[in-house]
Amino acid sequence: MPGFDIDRVAHLARLDLTEEERTTFGSQLETIVAYVDRIAGLDVADEKATLHGHQVNNIFRADTPVEGLETEAALANAPARIEDEIRMPRIVE
Amino acid sequence: MEYEVVIGLETHVQLKTTTKMFCGCSTAFGASPNAHVCPVCLGYPGALPAMNQEAIRYTVMAGLMLGCKIADYAKFDRKNYFYPDSSKNYQITQLDYPLCLGGGVEIVGEGGEKKTVRIHHIHLEEDVGKLTHRAGCSGVDFNRAGTPLMEIVSEPDMRSADEAIAYLTALREMMIYAGVSECNLEEGNMRSDVNISIRPKGQQAYGTKIEIKNMNTFSGIHAALLYEIERQKAACDAGQALRQETRRWDTEAGETAVMRSKENSDDYRYFPEPDLMPIALSAEQVAAWAAQLPEAPAKRRERMIAEYGIPEYDAGVLSADRALADFFEATAKRCGNGKLASNWVMAEVLALTAKTGVELSDSQLTPEALGDLLKLLEGKTINGPTAKALLPELFEKGGDPAAMVKERGLGQVSDAGAIEAFVDAVLEANPKVVAEVKAGKGAAIGFLVGQVMKQSKGKASPQMVQELLRKKLA
Amino acid sequence: MELHKLTIAEALKGLREGTFTSVDLTQALINVMEASQADIHAYVTIDAEGALAQAAECDRRRAAGEDLPMLGVPIAIKDNMNVIGQPCTASSRILEGYVAPYDATVIAKLRAAGAVFLGRTNMDEFALGSTTQTSGFGPTENPVARGCIPGGSSGGSAAAVGGDLAICALGSDTGGSIRQPASHCGIVGVKPTYGRVSRYGIVACASSLDQVGPMTKTVEDAAILMNVISGRDPMDATSLDEPVPDYTTAWQGCDPDQPLKGMTFGIPEEYYGDGLDDEVRAFAEAMKARVVALGGTLKPVSLPHSQYGIPTYYICMTAEISANLARFDGVRYGQRVPCDDVIEQYKRTRAEGFGAEVKRRVLLGTFVLSSGYYDAYYNRAQKVRTLIRRDFNQAFAECDALLTPVTPEPAWPLGVYQDDPIRNYLSDVLTVGVNLAGCCAIAIPAGTTQAGKPVGIQLIAPNFGEMTLFKAAKALELPRA
Repeated sequence: MPGFDIDRVAHLARLDLTEEERTTFGSQLETIVAYVDRIAGLDVADEKATLHGHQVNNIFRADTPVEGLETEAALANAPARIEDEIRMPRIVE
Repeated sequence: MEYEVVIGLETHVQLKTTTKMFCGCSTAFGASPNAHVCPVCLGYPGALPAMNQEAIRYTVMAGLMLGCKIADYAKFDRKNYFYPDSSKNYQITQLDYPLCLGGGVEIVGEGGEKKTVRIHHIHLEEDVGKLTHRAGCSGVDFNRAGTPLMEIVSEPDMRSADEAIAYLTALREMMIYAGVSECNLEEGNMRSDVNISIRPKGQQAYGTKIEIKNMNTFSGIHAALLYEIERQKAACDAGQALRQETRRWDTEAGETAVMRSKENSDDYRYFPEPDLMPIALSAEQVAAWAAQLPEAPAKRRERMIAEYGIPEYDAGVLSADRALADFFEATAKRCGNGKLASNWVMAEVLALTAKTGVELSDSQLTPEALGDLLKLLEGKTINGPTAKALLPELFEKGGDPAAMVKERGLGQVSDAGAIEAFVDAVLEANPKVVAEVKAGKGAAIGFLVGQVMKQSKGKASPQMVQELLRKKLA
Repeated sequence: MELHKLTIAEALKGLREGTFTSVDLTQALINVMEASQADIHAYVTIDAEGALAQAAECDRRRAAGEDLPMLGVPIAIKDNMNVIGQPCTASSRILEGYVAPYDATVIAKLRAAGAVFLGRTNMDEFALGSTTQTSGFGPTENPVARGCIPGGSSGGSAAAVGGDLAICALGSDTGGSIRQPASHCGIVGVKPTYGRVSRYGIVACASSLDQVGPMTKTVEDAAILMNVISGRDPMDATSLDEPVPDYTTAWQGCDPDQPLKGMTFGIPEEYYGDGLDDEVRAFAEAMKARVVALGGTLKPVSLPHSQYGIPTYYICMTAEISANLARFDGVRYGQRVPCDDVIEQYKRTRAEGFGAEVKRRVLLGTFVLSSGYYDAYYNRAQKVRTLIRRDFNQAFAECDALLTPVTPEPAWPLGVYQDDPIRNYLSDVLTVGVNLAGCCAIAIPAGTTQAGKPVGIQLIAPNFGEMTLFKAAKALELPRA
């Protein structure tokens, strides 16, 4: 499959791959891509996309407050915190 | 070489909904970190977004205000990129079917001519959280994550930093007018990404575009644009090629600097948001919302000049604030004299709000009361000083001016006989001043007028007092 | 009486008549559950203490005169559904340590109906798989066809119900994940119409395909559970505001001898192709004969784009999961591999937290959405989905429901085909079309092979045609052994 750049895709997906995974996934994914490529032959130029199993429009919610999580509850699951924020390595912008 | 500047703006305007775009958390500013969060805006496993109808309505109202076409089909998409301020590592936004299309903002251009900055489209999206950089680490606060933002994308129609500011000023005024945003710049309610390029005058093709990200003050945008224009001109003059890049304005250094890209390769892998259904507003729905829309500020300005005969300057000040303009118009209608109403609102009422620090809307002064007061003044039932003396009380406590005047006997004395008696008494008591006036020191007459007014307890018609004094001293 | 073997209907009867208490029932189940963990491993977490406390509370309420649709009935929950205060890992290491701060809507509904939560069943990691072997916590064994896979991704739920380790269970179905394990474990499984049941609080696999559904011992039990979990949820914008009928009335008023009288069953030729195992085909043929015997009519129909189901499904599903699984990044919850650089931290956290199948599908999904490939894959697949949907609509113009096998072959032994993703993907060939089209389907037991492996049969009905499914399934249901 031309264009299947496993390193680029893995970077976009934020996945570190071992050398072994690069090789195994690389070849497996090429096979899978070749397999799913069988839809390429269908003429769908005039078809609309189906986005859901059932399609309706305008499903809205009213602008009314709903009780959320207390700060402590929200931070209880965080792997690391600093004061009331979630701690991350220093980010350079 | 002479260059033409080309500027386009992508302006994020925070909508004034009570709750976030896709969950019921509060959008209030200033809470402690991670106090307004829930499984949805924290991107917890299993949480799903649900569209806030008010955000849709506000965006449509904004679009109508700017003369946009409201899309008959709109949908949300996911924009995928990893960043710690993003709780799902995708942002829910609108890629190819935004809510509003086209439209424009009228500004006064460089040469004083009126010109329209065209709007490309307005789409709706969610804000991200806030990162705080500390020594050795960064902290993430998700209070802001999920706040509804309208992105108003202009065409590259502005030709100077001043035009960009004129556009933003007009846009801000219109958004406040439409009642869709507070547009509070300090709270970051209105943030712009600025696209700027230059090209040799006469050239059709655009130059290399530089984006300056996330600017929230107009002065900052102005300064950044002036800096960037000079930087680009200098580079072009020196024959250096510009790189298409994203830059950041450093307020302290007074210069722009290249930003580290969020995603090394900008491949956002957009696709339709499967958790939300599309939006297809009926013509009836849009018409119903359009009916709630106030007149646009520029139109109102012109109408007020024509309808009330007030100067352009007054109309500009009054129309800049929708509530003030409403107050003025109601006052003018009540008293029947637009010019008088404008003078009083502009001078006296605004002075009172400045002096007391109380907003007009929080005061007890109604346009009906002010209109009645001005009617009493216009009908000479009371004089100017009396009217001015009553205003602070109406502002603080409210009340019916006619009743107050009657109760307190504040009616103007315009009985010539009564006034003459006051005048004679004053002339008799101040022979020295009388002599000065007669000797040609005209200004001294003011003292005598004041004395007569004092005698009359302020109720004499100042005009009649003056006339009588002049006659007697002639 | 062996309490753990009861159905929902039987349990409710006993509880209502005071034959036993919810604590008796719950304790009996916990005993067998704990004893079976070493070999079957249907559960990733058993909440004995919590379940017994809930059961005691149910008994108090019943003693006080209360009655509810599920009061005191224990249920097993697939590990991808948030239950407040409980872990919820979707069988992924990356979610170890996460404690749910909220109830999924289906859980809240079950709670309101008086159900007792026994524990969390094993599954393929993030529901990506059809064998339960991709679980980060070890596989589950088929309790009926020992030594074989239970199917997946809701393999733990199917094994729990099929092995009498739960009265009933909830599963989720993205491409067959309820129906296929139900078929392999000899139980009933329903994939409701898209939008029938709220997805709020279910760790998303593919948002446009996922549905939660019952996994039970009988058709009647499935209807009882559907009554509880169905309906519009304001928290799920894709759940629909369709009335919820009483599904247990679906078979009322049928002629007892000819319950299928007036019903036409479409037989899509594409679902009976060459790849079908002989015994599976034989059971399907037997079921066709049963339809006729019960007064129904058979009609050949065609779903011409069936061959594109798997490619389309694997494009749509992986694209959606690549985005849905992006949130598992070690920032707000779950496991984190701390690093000095944030990108490095993401990459290592996800590399260590995700298993091989998850990585494969995330990579595929990222690829089909990436610049230059979106139109060829994702956008095209969404359009093919329209063709597949149209196939079903056209077929339903000619019949009330479709009758098909669930899987091309019975459960295979644990451990085989693991290095052959496509071989695994093809086992979904008869189930994915339903998810792509959005319609509803039920799998019911059709028999057991000579090797002792259960085989199911699938009924498919149009959107919101669950009443049709229950009516037909109730008639076709074989007497329980």
